[in-house]
Amino acid sequence: MKIVVTAQGAEMESPVDPRFGRAKYFVLVDTDTGQHQAHDNAQNLNAAQGAGIQAAQTVAQLGAETVLTGHVGPKAFATLTAANIAIHTGAGGTVKEAIEQFQAGRLEPAAKADVQGHW
Amino acid sequence: MRIAIASGKGGTGKTTVATNLAQMAARAGRPTAYLDCDVEEPNGHIFLKPTIEEERPIEKLVPTVDPRLCTHCGACAKICRYGAVASLPNETLVFAELCHSCGGCELVCPVDAIHEAPLTIGTLRLGRSEAIRFVEGVLNVGEAMSPPAIRAVKAAAPRADLVLLDSPPGTSCPVVETVRGCDLVLLVTEPTPFGLHDLSLAVEMVRAMRLPLGVVINRADIGDRKVHEYCKGHRIPIMAEIPDDRAVAEAYSRGLTISDAVPGFAERIGGLLARIDEGVGR
Repeated sequence: MKIVVTAQGAEMESPVDPRFGRAKYFVLVDTDTGQHQAHDNAQNLNAAQGAGIQAAQTVAQLGAETVLTGHVGPKAFATLTAANIAIHTGAGGTVKEAIEQFQAGRLEPAAKADVQGHW
Repeated sequence: MRIAIASGKGGTGKTTVATNLAQMAARAGRPTAYLDCDVEEPNGHIFLKPTIEEERPIEKLVPTVDPRLCTHCGACAKICRYGAVASLPNETLVFAELCHSCGGCELVCPVDAIHEAPLTIGTLRLGRSEAIRFVEGVLNVGEAMSPPAIRAVKAAAPRADLVLLDSPPGTSCPVVETVRGCDLVLLVTEPTPFGLHDLSLAVEMVRAMRLPLGVVINRADIGDRKVHEYCKGHRIPIMAEIPDDRAVAEAYSRGLTISDAVPGFAERIGGLLARIDEGVGR
């Protein structure tokens, strides 16, 4: 299963970035192979608006089925949902720990956006 | 001629100046129109109390995607500078509030799946106040972008000898849209550090657009002399000074035009009208 974790760095040990659209990195983790690769989100970090939409498209292009992050805004939620990507909010610790939290069933799937845009 | 009344800082007296100019000019028999371009918060109507004769929707064009034709190639999302179109593996989403109606997505779609359709974003109201032809735009609550509504207000401007455009505050897109094409931009300010700071930003904006400008100093006897010095140093004409007067504030708070309520005010506005004519070269 391919999972994207929003992160402040490019490694499995990097802290989770609680923001989705303006996360510093998207770390794509393949739980079947244990491989990971980081995608730099710098371009979106400074976007005036629409960061969540762009980020969701990036995540879809990376082929992820699930996103683990801290919070998700309304436009990002709508875009990820349209791309059939599951969103789990409330992730914390490192990327590795977020994956473990998810696999242990401790991250609830988000049924709607939990923050306003530009929070 | 078209005169925009703008300011960097909010609350300096744009609407006071604009509504009183309109009333004075119209009462002198000059065909006058007042356009409230502050579509996010139009308040000229409070003072001019127009009779509204016509209302019509303000629309902007936004793309609609035909899902039967879309191949999800992503060309539409790629060309959109504002991220208003999201191309996903099985769906293309449009975020109308981010769309600037450029039509680029429709042009680049290789399978003709995108067509622009009108979306109502506000209301245009047209009427009269005494002899003044009155137009205002009211943007719907929640709409993020006012320039399309401002364009609609300007497009609805009646023929008149003097067209006064009451601008939103600031120096960004809504103001640029309002002052574009005007013969003179009047910047209303107050002689305070905030007033000067925001005035200097507004002057930069107007000069970048190569438009003639003049300054009106409201509450001219408070604060300091730095606005006066700035205008002198930058060769900007001070076209009127309005003293701080409790009677003006009281009339304003009752929704009265100041010329009607405060003796001597009409003469100041008359003087400003004459300076405007001189400034535009009439």
